[in-house]
Amino acid sequence: MPVVLDADRISRTLTRIAHEILERNRGVDELALVGIRTRGVPIAKRLARAIRDINRHDVPTGALDITLYRDDLMRHAVGPQPLIRKTEIPFSIDDKKILLVDDVLYTGRTIRAALDALIDFGRPKAIQLVVLVDRGHRELPIKADYVGKNVPTSPTQSVQVHLTEVDGRDEVEITES
Amino acid sequence: MKKDLLGIGDLTEDEIHLVLDTAEAMREIAQRPIKKVPTLRGKTVVNLFYEPSTRTRTSFEIAEKRLSADTLNIAVAVSSVVKGETLADTARNIEAMAPDMIVIRHASSGAPHLLSRICRSRIINAGDGMHEHPTQALLDAFTIREHKKKIDGLKVTIVGDLLHSRVLRSNVLLLTRLGAEVWVSGPPTLVPVGLERHGVHVSSSIDEAVADADVVMMLRIQQERMHGAFFPSLREYFFTFGMTKARVARAKPDVIIMHPGPMNRGVEIDSEVADGPYSVILEQVANGVAVRMAVLYLLAGGSEED
Repeated sequence: MPVVLDADRISRTLTRIAHEILERNRGVDELALVGIRTRGVPIAKRLARAIRDINRHDVPTGALDITLYRDDLMRHAVGPQPLIRKTEIPFSIDDKKILLVDDVLYTGRTIRAALDALIDFGRPKAIQLVVLVDRGHRELPIKADYVGKNVPTSPTQSVQVHLTEVDGRDEVEITES
Repeated sequence: MKKDLLGIGDLTEDEIHLVLDTAEAMREIAQRPIKKVPTLRGKTVVNLFYEPSTRTRTSFEIAEKRLSADTLNIAVAVSSVVKGETLADTARNIEAMAPDMIVIRHASSGAPHLLSRICRSRIINAGDGMHEHPTQALLDAFTIREHKKKIDGLKVTIVGDLLHSRVLRSNVLLLTRLGAEVWVSGPPTLVPVGLERHGVHVSSSIDEAVADADVVMMLRIQQERMHGAFFPSLREYFFTFGMTKARVARAKPDVIIMHPGPMNRGVEIDSEVADGPYSVILEQVANGVAVRMAVLYLLAGGSEED
Protein backbone atom coordinates (compact mmCIF):
# COMPACT_ATOMS: atom_id res chain seq x y z
CA MET A 1 0.00 0.00 0.00
CA PRO A 2 1.41 3.42 -0.95
CA VAL A 3 2.49 5.45 2.04
CA VAL A 4 1.78 9.15 1.45
CA LEU A 5 3.18 10.48 4.74
CA ASP A 6 5.65 8.76 7.05
CA ALA A 7 6.31 9.59 10.71
CA ASP A 8 8.95 12.20 9.92
CA ARG A 9 6.78 13.95 7.33
CA ILE A 10 3.77 13.98 9.69
CA SER A 11 5.87 15.63 12.38
CA ARG A 12 7.30 18.28 10.03
CA THR A 13 3.86 18.90 8.50
CA LEU A 14 2.32 19.61 11.92
CA THR A 15 5.19 21.95 12.82
CA ARG A 16 4.60 23.80 9.55
CA ILE A 17 0.86 24.09 10.25
CA ALA A 18 1.60 25.41 13.74
CA HIS A 19 3.72 28.17 12.15
CA GLU A 20 0.95 28.92 9.64
CA ILE A 21 -1.60 29.20 12.43
CA LEU A 22 0.58 31.70 14.31
CA GLU A 23 1.36 33.65 11.18
CA ARG A 24 -2.26 33.97 10.24
CA ASN A 25 -3.67 34.73 13.68
CA ARG A 26 -1.12 37.16 15.11
CA GLY A 27 -1.35 36.59 18.83
CA VAL A 28 -2.52 33.37 20.35
CA ASP A 29 -4.65 34.63 23.23
CA GLU A 30 -7.93 34.00 21.45
CA LEU A 31 -6.98 30.63 19.97
CA ALA A 32 -8.35 27.26 21.05
CA LEU A 33 -7.98 23.82 19.45
CA VAL A 34 -10.88 21.36 19.15
CA GLY A 35 -10.10 17.91 17.75
CA ILE A 36 -12.80 15.73 16.20
CA ARG A 37 -12.83 12.21 17.63
CA THR A 38 -11.07 9.90 17.10
CA ARG A 39 -7.88 10.99 15.35
CA GLY A 40 -8.47 14.73 15.30
CA VAL A 41 -7.88 14.73 19.06
CA PRO A 42 -4.24 13.57 19.13
CA ILE A 43 -3.50 15.84 16.14
CA ALA A 44 -4.96 18.83 18.05
CA LYS A 45 -2.81 17.94 21.07
CA ARG A 46 0.30 17.73 18.90
CA LEU A 47 -0.47 21.11 17.36
CA ALA A 48 -0.86 22.58 20.86
CA ARG A 49 2.56 21.18 21.73
CA ALA A 50 4.09 22.52 18.50
CA ILE A 51 2.67 26.00 19.22
CA ARG A 52 4.06 25.87 22.76
CA ASP A 53 7.48 24.91 21.39
CA ILE A 54 7.41 27.98 19.17
CA ASN A 55 6.19 30.67 21.57
CA ARG A 56 5.69 29.06 25.02
CA HIS A 57 1.97 29.71 24.93
CA ASP A 58 -0.56 27.08 26.02
CA VAL A 59 -3.53 26.88 23.68
CA PRO A 60 -6.58 25.26 25.35
CA THR A 61 -7.49 21.97 23.68
CA GLY A 62 -10.79 20.08 23.59
CA ALA A 63 -12.31 16.95 22.04
CA LEU A 64 -15.54 16.84 20.06
CA ASP A 65 -17.66 13.75 19.29
CA ILE A 66 -19.97 14.49 16.38
CA THR A 67 -22.03 11.27 16.40
CA LEU A 68 -25.19 12.91 17.78
CA TYR A 69 -25.06 15.43 14.91
CA ARG A 70 -24.52 13.02 12.01
CA ASP A 71 -26.90 13.45 9.08
CA ASP A 72 -27.08 9.73 8.38
CA LEU A 73 -27.85 8.65 11.94
CA MET A 74 -31.53 7.76 11.66
CA ARG A 75 -31.42 6.79 7.98
CA HIS A 76 -30.22 3.25 8.55
CA ALA A 77 -33.19 1.23 9.75
CA VAL A 78 -30.96 -1.77 10.39
CA GLY A 79 -27.90 -2.22 12.53
CA PRO A 80 -26.91 -0.92 15.93
CA GLN A 81 -26.35 2.76 16.65
CA PRO A 82 -22.84 4.14 16.36
CA LEU A 83 -20.92 4.42 19.60
CA ILE A 84 -21.02 7.82 21.29
CA ARG A 85 -17.93 9.07 23.03
CA LYS A 86 -17.41 12.00 25.31
CA THR A 87 -17.22 15.57 24.14
CA GLU A 88 -14.79 17.45 26.37
CA ILE A 89 -14.44 21.17 25.81
CA PRO A 90 -13.24 22.45 29.20
CA PHE A 91 -13.31 26.15 28.25
CA SER A 92 -15.82 28.64 26.88
CA ILE A 93 -15.66 28.94 23.10
CA ASP A 94 -17.41 32.34 23.16
CA ASP A 95 -15.38 34.96 21.25
CA LYS A 96 -12.54 32.48 20.67
CA LYS A 97 -10.93 31.63 17.38
CA ILE A 98 -11.53 27.90 17.20
CA LEU A 99 -9.17 25.70 15.23
CA LEU A 100 -11.24 22.65 14.35
CA VAL A 101 -8.94 19.68 13.71
CA ASP A 102 -9.57 16.43 11.84
CA ASP A 103 -7.38 13.82 10.20
CA VAL A 104 -8.98 13.47 6.75
CA LEU A 105 -11.24 15.89 4.85
CA TYR A 106 -13.44 13.96 2.41
CA THR A 107 -17.17 14.63 1.80
CA GLY A 108 -17.29 17.48 4.33
CA ARG A 109 -20.23 15.95 6.19
CA THR A 110 -18.25 15.37 9.39
CA ILE A 111 -17.22 19.04 9.37
CA ARG A 112 -20.83 20.15 8.81
CA ALA A 113 -21.84 18.11 11.88
CA ALA A 114 -18.90 19.50 13.88
CA LEU A 115 -19.87 23.09 13.02
CA ASP A 116 -23.42 22.47 14.26
CA ALA A 117 -22.08 20.88 17.44
CA LEU A 118 -19.66 23.74 18.11
CA ILE A 119 -22.36 26.38 17.69
CA ASP A 120 -24.32 24.63 20.47
CA PHE A 121 -21.42 25.38 22.81
CA GLY A 122 -21.41 29.12 22.21
CA ARG A 123 -20.58 31.79 19.67
CA PRO A 124 -16.94 31.66 18.61
CA LYS A 125 -15.39 34.67 16.92
CA ALA A 126 -14.25 32.45 14.06
CA ILE A 127 -13.80 28.78 13.21
CA GLN A 128 -10.86 27.66 11.08
CA LEU A 129 -10.41 24.15 9.75
CA VAL A 130 -7.17 22.16 10.04
CA VAL A 131 -6.78 18.77 8.34
CA LEU A 132 -3.81 16.48 7.98
CA VAL A 133 -5.00 15.13 4.61
CA ASP A 134 -7.43 16.55 2.04
CA ARG A 135 -8.49 13.75 -0.27
CA GLY A 136 -11.09 15.66 -2.33
CA HIS A 137 -14.61 14.50 -3.33
CA ARG A 138 -16.50 17.17 -1.38
CA GLU A 139 -20.29 16.85 -1.16
CA LEU A 140 -20.77 20.09 0.78
CA PRO A 141 -19.32 23.59 0.29
CA ILE A 142 -16.51 23.22 2.84
CA LYS A 143 -12.84 24.11 2.49
CA ALA A 144 -9.93 23.67 4.88
CA ASP A 145 -7.84 26.65 6.06
CA TYR A 146 -4.74 24.57 6.79
CA VAL A 147 -3.95 21.37 4.87
CA GLY A 148 -1.11 19.00 5.72
CA LYS A 149 -1.14 17.33 2.31
CA ASN A 150 -3.50 17.25 -0.64
CA VAL A 151 -3.84 13.63 -1.73
CA PRO A 152 -5.72 13.00 -4.99
CA THR A 153 -7.76 9.80 -4.58
CA SER A 154 -10.48 7.87 -6.34
CA PRO A 155 -13.74 7.23 -4.44
CA THR A 156 -12.94 3.51 -4.27
CA GLN A 157 -9.76 4.17 -2.31
CA SER A 158 -9.56 4.75 1.40
CA VAL A 159 -7.10 6.96 3.25
CA GLN A 160 -5.85 5.45 6.50
CA VAL A 161 -4.29 7.75 9.05
CA HIS A 162 -2.36 5.91 11.76
CA LEU A 163 -1.22 7.83 14.83
CA THR A 164 0.98 6.56 17.63
CA GLU A 165 -1.54 7.58 20.33
CA VAL A 166 -4.27 5.42 18.75
CA ASP A 167 -2.61 2.94 16.41
CA GLY A 168 0.93 2.55 17.74
CA ARG A 169 2.63 4.14 14.71
CA ASP A 170 2.62 7.35 12.62
CA GLU A 171 1.76 6.79 8.97
CA VAL A 172 -0.75 7.83 6.32
CA GLU A 173 -1.44 5.31 3.57
CA ILE A 174 -3.87 4.82 0.71
CA THR A 175 -5.61 1.45 0.42
CA GLU A 176 -7.92 0.01 -2.23
CA SER A 177 -11.22 -0.95 -0.67
CA MET B 1 -30.16 -4.34 21.04
CA LYS B 2 -33.59 -5.93 21.10
CA LYS B 3 -36.56 -3.95 19.82
CA ASP B 4 -37.87 -3.11 23.29
CA LEU B 5 -36.56 -2.60 26.81
CA LEU B 6 -39.03 -4.52 28.95
CA GLY B 7 -36.63 -5.76 31.62
CA ILE B 8 -32.97 -6.19 32.44
CA GLY B 9 -33.18 -9.65 30.87
CA ASP B 10 -33.46 -7.94 27.46
CA LEU B 11 -29.87 -6.72 27.78
CA THR B 12 -26.67 -8.69 27.45
CA GLU B 13 -23.78 -7.81 29.74
CA ASP B 14 -22.10 -5.99 26.84
CA GLU B 15 -25.26 -4.02 26.17
CA ILE B 16 -25.50 -2.97 29.83
CA HIS B 17 -21.96 -1.56 29.59
CA LEU B 18 -22.86 0.06 26.27
CA VAL B 19 -25.83 1.84 27.90
CA LEU B 20 -23.65 3.03 30.81
CA ASP B 21 -20.84 4.21 28.52
CA THR B 22 -23.29 6.02 26.25
CA ALA B 23 -24.89 7.66 29.31
CA GLU B 24 -21.45 8.87 30.32
CA ALA B 25 -21.20 10.75 27.02
CA MET B 26 -24.80 12.00 27.26
CA ARG B 27 -24.24 13.51 30.67
CA GLU B 28 -22.05 16.25 29.26
CA ILE B 29 -25.02 17.66 27.28
CA ALA B 30 -26.61 18.82 30.56
CA GLN B 31 -23.58 21.09 31.17
CA ARG B 32 -23.91 22.95 27.85
CA PRO B 33 -25.50 26.36 27.39
CA ILE B 34 -27.80 24.76 24.78
CA LYS B 35 -28.90 21.48 26.33
CA LYS B 36 -30.13 19.88 23.14
CA VAL B 37 -28.77 17.72 20.33
CA PRO B 38 -30.61 17.03 17.04
CA THR B 39 -30.26 13.24 17.24
CA LEU B 40 -33.92 12.15 17.46
CA ARG B 41 -35.29 14.92 15.27
CA GLY B 42 -38.57 13.81 13.71
CA LYS B 43 -39.09 10.90 16.11
CA THR B 44 -42.25 10.82 18.17
CA VAL B 45 -42.23 9.42 21.69
CA VAL B 46 -45.42 8.81 23.66
CA ASN B 47 -45.20 8.73 27.44
CA LEU B 48 -48.11 6.62 28.61
CA PHE B 49 -48.37 6.80 32.38
CA TYR B 50 -51.03 4.78 34.17
CA GLU B 51 -49.57 5.49 37.58
CA PRO B 52 -48.61 8.74 39.24
CA SER B 53 -44.96 9.61 38.68
CA THR B 54 -43.02 12.82 38.97
CA ARG B 55 -39.42 11.73 38.75
CA THR B 56 -39.57 9.07 36.07
CA ARG B 57 -41.98 10.91 33.78
CA THR B 58 -40.11 14.20 34.05
CA SER B 59 -36.81 12.41 33.56
CA PHE B 60 -38.00 10.64 30.39
CA GLU B 61 -39.53 13.83 29.05
CA ILE B 62 -36.38 15.87 29.61
CA ALA B 63 -34.28 13.08 28.06
CA GLU B 64 -36.56 12.99 24.99
CA LYS B 65 -36.53 16.76 24.60
CA ARG B 66 -32.75 17.00 24.94
CA LEU B 67 -32.51 14.54 22.04
CA SER B 68 -34.99 16.67 19.99
CA ALA B 69 -37.75 14.03 19.88
CA ASP B 70 -41.38 15.18 19.77
CA THR B 71 -42.93 14.08 23.01
CA LEU B 72 -46.47 13.54 24.07
CA ASN B 73 -47.66 12.80 27.59
CA ILE B 74 -50.79 10.82 28.22
CA ALA B 75 -51.87 10.99 31.84
CA VAL B 76 -54.47 8.36 32.26
CA ALA B 77 -56.68 10.27 34.70
CA VAL B 78 -57.75 12.62 31.87
CA SER B 79 -57.80 10.07 29.01
CA SER B 80 -60.32 7.66 27.52
CA VAL B 81 -59.15 5.00 29.94
CA VAL B 82 -61.52 6.47 32.51
CA LYS B 83 -64.28 5.77 29.97
CA GLY B 84 -63.44 2.08 30.11
CA GLU B 85 -61.06 1.54 27.18
CA THR B 86 -58.80 -1.51 27.57
CA LEU B 87 -55.00 -1.19 27.57
CA ALA B 88 -54.78 -3.11 24.27
CA ASP B 89 -57.27 -0.79 22.58
CA THR B 90 -55.54 2.31 23.89
CA ALA B 91 -52.25 0.93 22.60
CA ARG B 92 -53.67 0.13 19.13
CA ASN B 93 -55.10 3.64 18.87
CA ILE B 94 -51.82 5.27 19.84
CA GLU B 95 -50.01 2.95 17.44
CA ALA B 96 -52.33 4.06 14.62
CA MET B 97 -50.83 7.54 14.96
CA ALA B 98 -47.39 6.04 14.22
CA PRO B 99 -45.20 7.01 17.16
CA ASP B 100 -41.65 5.65 17.16
CA MET B 101 -41.47 4.78 20.83
CA ILE B 102 -43.86 4.31 23.72
CA VAL B 103 -42.69 4.70 27.31
CA ILE B 104 -45.16 2.98 29.60
CA ARG B 105 -45.71 2.92 33.35
CA HIS B 106 -48.51 0.66 34.55
CA ALA B 107 -49.73 -0.77 37.86
CA SER B 108 -50.00 -4.27 36.35
CA SER B 109 -46.93 -6.41 35.87
CA GLY B 110 -46.56 -7.37 32.20
CA ALA B 111 -48.41 -4.40 30.69
CA PRO B 112 -45.35 -3.36 28.63
CA HIS B 113 -45.04 -6.96 27.38
CA LEU B 114 -48.63 -6.81 26.10
CA LEU B 115 -47.80 -3.60 24.24
CA SER B 116 -44.64 -5.18 22.88
CA ARG B 117 -46.71 -7.93 21.25
CA ILE B 118 -49.24 -5.64 19.57
CA CYS B 119 -47.11 -2.58 18.73
CA ARG B 120 -44.43 -1.98 16.12
CA SER B 121 -43.20 1.03 18.10
CA ARG B 122 -40.28 0.49 20.45
CA ILE B 123 -41.56 -0.08 23.99
CA ILE B 124 -39.70 1.10 27.08
CA ASN B 125 -40.85 -0.15 30.46
CA ALA B 126 -40.91 2.75 32.92
CA GLY B 127 -42.12 0.50 35.74
CA ASP B 128 -44.74 -2.27 35.60
CA GLY B 129 -46.50 -3.24 38.82
CA MET B 130 -44.27 -5.29 41.11
CA HIS B 131 -42.20 -6.61 38.19
CA GLU B 132 -39.41 -4.41 36.75
CA HIS B 133 -38.13 -0.88 36.37
CA PRO B 134 -35.10 -1.37 34.12
CA THR B 135 -34.07 2.27 33.59
CA GLN B 136 -33.98 2.80 37.38
CA ALA B 137 -31.59 -0.14 37.77
CA LEU B 138 -29.43 1.20 34.94
CA LEU B 139 -29.18 4.64 36.52
CA ASP B 140 -28.41 3.05 39.88
CA ALA B 141 -25.62 1.01 38.29
CA PHE B 142 -24.36 4.15 36.56
CA THR B 143 -24.26 6.03 39.87
CA ILE B 144 -22.48 3.16 41.63
CA ARG B 145 -19.95 2.77 38.84
CA GLU B 146 -19.21 6.48 38.90
CA HIS B 147 -18.42 6.45 42.61
CA LYS B 148 -16.74 3.06 42.92
CA LYS B 149 -15.22 2.83 39.40
CA LYS B 150 -16.52 -0.76 39.21
CA ILE B 151 -19.47 -2.93 40.21
CA ASP B 152 -17.86 -6.37 40.24
CA GLY B 153 -17.09 -7.51 43.79
CA LEU B 154 -18.95 -4.71 45.61
CA LYS B 155 -21.24 -5.46 48.51
CA VAL B 156 -24.58 -3.82 47.72
CA THR B 157 -27.24 -3.92 50.44
CA ILE B 158 -30.88 -3.26 49.60
CA VAL B 159 -33.23 -2.60 52.54
CA GLY B 160 -36.96 -2.04 52.75
CA ASP B 161 -40.16 -3.17 51.08
CA LEU B 162 -38.64 -5.88 48.91
CA LEU B 163 -41.91 -7.61 48.09
CA HIS B 164 -43.61 -4.78 46.21
CA SER B 165 -40.47 -3.38 44.66
CA ARG B 166 -39.84 -3.47 40.91
CA VAL B 167 -36.68 -1.47 41.62
CA LEU B 168 -35.41 -4.42 43.68
CA ARG B 169 -36.10 -6.96 40.93
CA SER B 170 -34.37 -4.97 38.21
CA ASN B 171 -31.45 -4.14 40.49
CA VAL B 172 -30.95 -7.73 41.61
CA LEU B 173 -30.92 -8.94 37.99
CA LEU B 174 -28.52 -6.23 36.89
CA LEU B 175 -26.14 -6.13 39.85
CA THR B 176 -25.73 -9.89 40.15
CA ARG B 177 -25.06 -10.04 36.39
CA LEU B 178 -22.27 -7.50 36.79
CA GLY B 179 -20.75 -9.46 39.66
CA ALA B 180 -21.89 -7.53 42.73
CA GLU B 181 -22.56 -9.32 46.02
CA VAL B 182 -26.18 -8.37 46.74
CA TRP B 183 -27.58 -8.47 50.30
CA VAL B 184 -31.18 -7.67 51.17
CA SER B 185 -32.94 -7.05 54.45
CA GLY B 186 -36.51 -6.26 55.43
CA PRO B 187 -39.42 -7.57 57.49
CA PRO B 188 -39.99 -11.29 56.71
CA THR B 189 -43.49 -10.41 55.48
CA LEU B 190 -41.95 -8.18 52.83
CA VAL B 191 -39.30 -10.59 51.52
CA PRO B 192 -40.35 -12.31 48.28
CA VAL B 193 -39.77 -16.07 48.15
CA GLY B 194 -36.99 -17.42 45.97
CA LEU B 195 -34.67 -14.41 46.13
CA GLU B 196 -31.80 -16.72 47.14
CA ARG B 197 -32.06 -18.47 43.80
CA HIS B 198 -30.75 -15.29 42.19
CA GLY B 199 -27.65 -15.47 44.36
CA VAL B 200 -28.91 -12.89 46.83
CA HIS B 201 -28.04 -13.04 50.54
CA VAL B 202 -31.20 -12.54 52.61
CA SER B 203 -30.84 -11.38 56.23
CA SER B 204 -33.48 -10.43 58.75
CA SER B 205 -30.86 -8.34 60.55
CA ILE B 206 -30.23 -4.98 58.94
CA ASP B 207 -27.02 -4.68 60.94
CA GLU B 208 -25.60 -7.85 59.39
CA ALA B 209 -26.73 -6.83 55.92
CA VAL B 210 -25.21 -3.35 56.19
CA ALA B 211 -21.90 -4.45 57.74
CA ASP B 212 -19.01 -3.42 55.46
CA ALA B 213 -21.36 -2.55 52.60
CA ASP B 214 -20.00 -0.44 49.73
CA VAL B 215 -23.47 0.65 48.69
CA VAL B 216 -26.73 0.86 50.68
CA MET B 217 -29.93 1.23 48.71
CA MET B 218 -33.10 2.08 50.63
CA LEU B 219 -36.49 1.15 49.18
CA ARG B 220 -39.72 3.00 49.82
CA ILE B 221 -42.44 1.50 51.96
CA GLN B 222 -45.17 1.27 49.31
CA GLN B 223 -48.28 1.81 51.35
CA GLU B 224 -50.43 2.11 48.21
CA ARG B 225 -49.64 -1.50 47.33
CA MET B 226 -50.07 -2.90 50.85
CA HIS B 227 -53.42 -4.55 51.31
CA GLY B 228 -52.63 -6.16 54.61
CA ALA B 229 -50.71 -5.70 57.83
CA PHE B 230 -47.11 -6.37 56.91
CA PHE B 231 -45.64 -4.81 60.06
CA PRO B 232 -47.13 -3.33 63.25
CA SER B 233 -46.51 0.37 62.65
CA LEU B 234 -44.38 2.79 60.64
CA ARG B 235 -42.71 3.83 63.88
CA GLU B 236 -41.72 0.28 64.67
CA TYR B 237 -40.55 -0.21 61.11
CA PHE B 238 -38.24 2.76 61.45
CA PHE B 239 -36.72 1.38 64.66
CA THR B 240 -36.10 -2.04 63.10
CA PHE B 241 -35.23 -1.25 59.48
CA GLY B 242 -34.88 2.52 59.14
CA MET B 243 -31.51 3.84 57.96
CA THR B 244 -30.00 5.89 60.74
CA LYS B 245 -26.59 7.44 61.15
CA ALA B 246 -25.65 4.69 63.64
CA ARG B 247 -26.45 2.00 61.07
CA VAL B 248 -24.59 3.80 58.29
CA ALA B 249 -21.52 3.70 60.56
CA ARG B 250 -21.46 -0.11 60.25
CA ALA B 251 -20.91 0.11 56.49
CA LYS B 252 -17.59 0.95 54.80
CA PRO B 253 -16.37 4.51 55.50
CA ASP B 254 -16.83 5.46 51.83
CA VAL B 255 -20.32 3.95 51.60
CA ILE B 256 -22.87 5.63 49.34
CA ILE B 257 -26.55 5.78 50.30
CA MET B 258 -29.11 5.53 47.52
CA HIS B 259 -32.90 5.82 47.31
CA PRO B 260 -35.01 5.62 44.14
CA GLY B 261 -37.54 8.10 45.55
CA PRO B 262 -40.00 9.26 46.59
CA MET B 263 -38.62 9.10 50.13
CA ASN B 264 -40.64 8.57 53.27
CA ARG B 265 -38.47 10.52 55.68
CA GLY B 266 -38.57 9.04 59.15
CA VAL B 267 -39.93 5.71 57.83
CA GLU B 268 -37.24 3.97 55.78
CA ILE B 269 -34.64 6.70 56.02
CA ASP B 270 -33.66 9.30 58.61
CA SER B 271 -33.43 12.86 57.25
CA GLU B 272 -29.94 13.10 58.69
CA VAL B 273 -28.92 10.22 56.37
CA ALA B 274 -30.93 11.32 53.33
CA ASP B 275 -29.29 14.76 53.42
CA GLY B 276 -25.93 13.51 54.70
CA PRO B 277 -22.54 13.58 52.96
CA TYR B 278 -22.70 9.94 51.75
CA SER B 279 -26.14 10.41 50.17
CA VAL B 280 -26.12 10.30 46.34
CA ILE B 281 -29.90 10.48 46.03
CA LEU B 282 -29.97 13.67 43.96
CA GLU B 283 -27.12 12.43 41.77
CA GLN B 284 -29.30 9.43 40.95
CA VAL B 285 -31.96 11.82 39.68
CA ALA B 286 -29.45 13.77 37.57
CA ASN B 287 -27.96 10.56 36.17
CA GLY B 288 -31.46 9.29 35.33
CA VAL B 289 -31.74 11.81 32.50
CA ALA B 290 -28.40 10.75 30.95
CA VAL B 291 -29.21 7.04 31.25
CA ARG B 292 -32.64 7.51 29.66
CA MET B 293 -31.09 9.53 26.83
CA ALA B 294 -28.74 6.60 26.25
CA VAL B 295 -31.60 4.09 26.20
CA LEU B 296 -33.69 6.22 23.82
CA TYR B 297 -30.71 6.73 21.51
CA LEU B 298 -29.71 3.07 21.45
CA LEU B 299 -33.26 1.79 20.92
CA ALA B 300 -33.83 4.27 18.07
CA GLY B 301 -31.35 2.35 15.92
CA GLY B 302 -31.97 -0.93 14.16
CA SER B 303 -32.79 -3.97 16.26
CA GLU B 304 -32.10 -7.69 16.01
CA GLU B 305 -35.74 -8.30 15.11
CA ASP B 306 -35.83 -5.90 12.11
